[in-house]
Amino acid sequence: MSAIAKESLLEVCAIDEHRLEDYDAERPRWCKGCGDHGVLAALQRVLRKNNMEPENVVAVSGIGCSSRLPHYLNTYGFHGIHGRALPIATGVRLSRPELPVIAIMGDGDCFSIGGNHWLHAIRYNINAVVLVLDNEVYALTKMQASPTTPDGWKTNTTPRGTYLHPLNPLSAVMGMTNVSFLAQTATWLPAHLDETIEKAWNHHGLSFVRILQRCPVFMPKAFGEGGLHFPVVFLENDDGIPVHPSLLNRGPLQPHDHRNINEAQRVAVTVDPAPMGLLYQNTEVPAYEEIRWQRKARPDHEAFLQRLDAAMDVHTVS
Amino acid sequence: MPEHTVEIVSDAGEGAQKAAIAFAQLCAKAGNGLWTVEIIPSEIRPPPHTTGSASGNRIRLAERSQVTNAGNRADVVLAFNEMALLSRLQADSLADDVLVLIDDHWASHENEQYRISYRDVIDQFRARGSTILEVPLERETARHVEDAQQGKNMFAVGILCALYSKDVDVLEGVIRGIFKGKASEVIELAVTLARAGYEYGVSSFEECFDIRATPTDVPKVAMNGNTALALGAIAAGFELCSMYPITPATSASHALSDLFEDFGGFVHQAEDEIAAIGVALGASYAGKTALTITSGPGMALKTEFQGLAVMTETPLVIVDVQRGGPSTGLPTKIEQSDLLHALYGAPGDAPKVVLAPSTIEECYYILSVARKIAEEFRMLVIVLSDANLATGQQLFDRPDVFATPERPPLDLSPVPVGALPYDWDPTTGLSERLIPGQPGGMGVTTSLNHDRDGKACYDAERNIRGHQMRSRKLAALQQTLQPPKVHGAPEGELLLVGWGSTRGAIEEAVDAARDRGLSVSSLHLQFLSPLPPGLKDIFAKFRRVITVELNYSDDPQAPLITEENRRYGQLAWVLRAATLLDIDCFANVPGRPYMPVEILDEVKRILAGRSDSESPPKRLTAVKGAS
Repeated sequence: MSAIAKESLLEVCAIDEHRLEDYDAERPRWCKGCGDHGVLAALQRVLRKNNMEPENVVAVSGIGCSSRLPHYLNTYGFHGIHGRALPIATGVRLSRPELPVIAIMGDGDCFSIGGNHWLHAIRYNINAVVLVLDNEVYALTKMQASPTTPDGWKTNTTPRGTYLHPLNPLSAVMGMTNVSFLAQTATWLPAHLDETIEKAWNHHGLSFVRILQRCPVFMPKAFGEGGLHFPVVFLENDDGIPVHPSLLNRGPLQPHDHRNINEAQRVAVTVDPAPMGLLYQNTEVPAYEEIRWQRKARPDHEAFLQRLDAAMDVHTVS
Repeated sequence: MPEHTVEIVSDAGEGAQKAAIAFAQLCAKAGNGLWTVEIIPSEIRPPPHTTGSASGNRIRLAERSQVTNAGNRADVVLAFNEMALLSRLQADSLADDVLVLIDDHWASHENEQYRISYRDVIDQFRARGSTILEVPLERETARHVEDAQQGKNMFAVGILCALYSKDVDVLEGVIRGIFKGKASEVIELAVTLARAGYEYGVSSFEECFDIRATPTDVPKVAMNGNTALALGAIAAGFELCSMYPITPATSASHALSDLFEDFGGFVHQAEDEIAAIGVALGASYAGKTALTITSGPGMALKTEFQGLAVMTETPLVIVDVQRGGPSTGLPTKIEQSDLLHALYGAPGDAPKVVLAPSTIEECYYILSVARKIAEEFRMLVIVLSDANLATGQQLFDRPDVFATPERPPLDLSPVPVGALPYDWDPTTGLSERLIPGQPGGMGVTTSLNHDRDGKACYDAERNIRGHQMRSRKLAALQQTLQPPKVHGAPEGELLLVGWGSTRGAIEEAVDAARDRGLSVSSLHLQFLSPLPPGLKDIFAKFRRVITVELNYSDDPQAPLITEENRRYGQLAWVLRAATLLDIDCFANVPGRPYMPVEILDEVKRILAGRSDSESPPKRLTAVKGAS
């Protein structure tokens, strides 16, 4: 079917198709110029593209500017506590594996206070889209250094400059067992952001996406003033994340085999230029909730009672 | 003979635990009422032949089928060495005239220090009036097996079988059950050793005991409280238990892990205590009410999530199997020190329901109650068990599993237009929760303050309303509760108030005191939050009210302690605040259950010291403005 014919068909069947507005909740209260707006719009586009029923999607977040996202997305949402989006997301997936889950976190949220959950979630490999909106600073609490704040940058907790090299989340992820999907993109590359979230949405397993985004209030100079002077390479592969030709003025293409874990690990340790695109994908890693569901069997009530009776027999003494 | 309390102790790893389990099962199969308590070191392999290495069990067996506590000082102790024996004396667990059965091979051991130490301890016991029976555990076991350490426990249980006139064929069946799955040589050796111990006992003991069970038609089960919790979780219809290993709670998850998948559920072992409650909360939010099982230090780590459950009104059940604290404290031993933490341990005002089972039987039923309250009131329910219930075994009426109600499927019907996620009834604060997947119910569930529509808001009016509605649910639940029943006369000189696993010991002490003509009664609270109605009226009928608890309180006679700075037992704090009555406490931290006789002694002391002019419980005079 030609693209135009498909469009007309969609028009005719519009009654069954969701519109972008169907995924709008209240008006976002993020600062003007914040990258969070772009991520919200990209998420809404991917939900629209997949014609998701809003009631069948759960967006879980932690605490921080980006974690307000579920407030603005018209699905079921859970805005929890700092660092703990992933355990909640895991709980949803374990109990209701029919519900797609999106977890949204910030850099401090995921890499610092939620670090333990982050590493273990990758190993569990629950089937969920995990987005870290990394602005390299704690913004909601007004400019403290985060694990990814660049070398020597001044913040309210490091007024004479940071002390440590920033954490590289990509190499941390690639060091974990059971990693199944790792991509990096940036909000100043909207077409690439859309393609990346789409790719993550379609991956079966935990799709971990680090999204670089500038905080216009507290870190306006981050990422070369929001991508203007930020060296990147676009990872290129037929099955990877497509790179629109218009992006090539931002950085060159680099051929990359995202199925090769050694190559992915090598690329993941490179921070300058920053790799953009799909670093690694392995569709063979089983999802934790599916392993668990395969091994349990829900009996009907009669069988349930018989089994409980048998379990009680073991302890019956007279 | 109506009852006996027996202790079996060895070095850790020598198998006194297993011998005790076999003996307890033997007694249970004979229909004896039973309560057992583990004697357990905190390390897996502490230095051998020291008092710190003693490991084993206390078993109270009786003619009657209902035994509610671990009893008084033991009548019989079987020790594998003299240091294990000494440790029980140091723990004040043995009667002066205790019958001591001890392995005699230390008397002639090649190590002179052991010989001396053995003689010293034996002399010490003889001087107290104990009868000593030296038994050839190691020597006789060595005739059947190369390493006698790995088998004398079975010889020991055979000896006990003879001492208590039990049927050795039943014992053989018990042992075959316990060793099920092991190599057949191992099983046959165990049986041989047990029979050898039995033969030795029958031919050597001049006098044996016979504690004959009262016949009953009601089928009985024997299990520990953690197993009862596990089976109770299944019966209550839970499908997910999310946990992180912690003593003494973990065996509940072991029992559940064994069975749960066959019932359509599973145990998720999370990466830490925080994730464990987070996963349970996520599952509950998604419509399948989940539980998490932990102990004190885990409770501390879970407090932020507790606040989240309260704020979002997500049903959730936490079981806290309490142990000694603070910090790592006494990981394997009982304390009731998490009450205030359960009640108040979360940031901000976070009203929760707190329940405490008082017997192992109640451990089975309480999770059905907890789940029902959690779901109907959209509340966090904390169940306070403890190490005594967790590892002790009790005989009780077999639950009627066929009365277990069928769990309805998730209701994912569309939400009526205009329905709100917190459609609080203005009187009760109750509302229907919306579950992901219900069309028309989309919206965010937030940890921020919110109003009926679920949206974040920051103004005074809506913040106050949210607090009122969450708190009101406790009052609504309290209105459904009955006043608790007084054990003993409804009025008198002294009322003991307890909670949790101390119930059996308190009531036994009250019965013994009343038999002696003392005017004492007791009251046991299963609901700690909300407190049941009618407490003040009940208390007013007694001259004095004291709580009996296994947690710390300052001794009023101790240096520096005054009426102003004295710290009370935890329930005493709660009841003083709730009733404005001068409620005292008998609260201490021995790391073991109270013996009924200790409570009886306290009752005698209090009633002997009472002056007749004393009036009913005083109002707290320090509260200004109280009239």
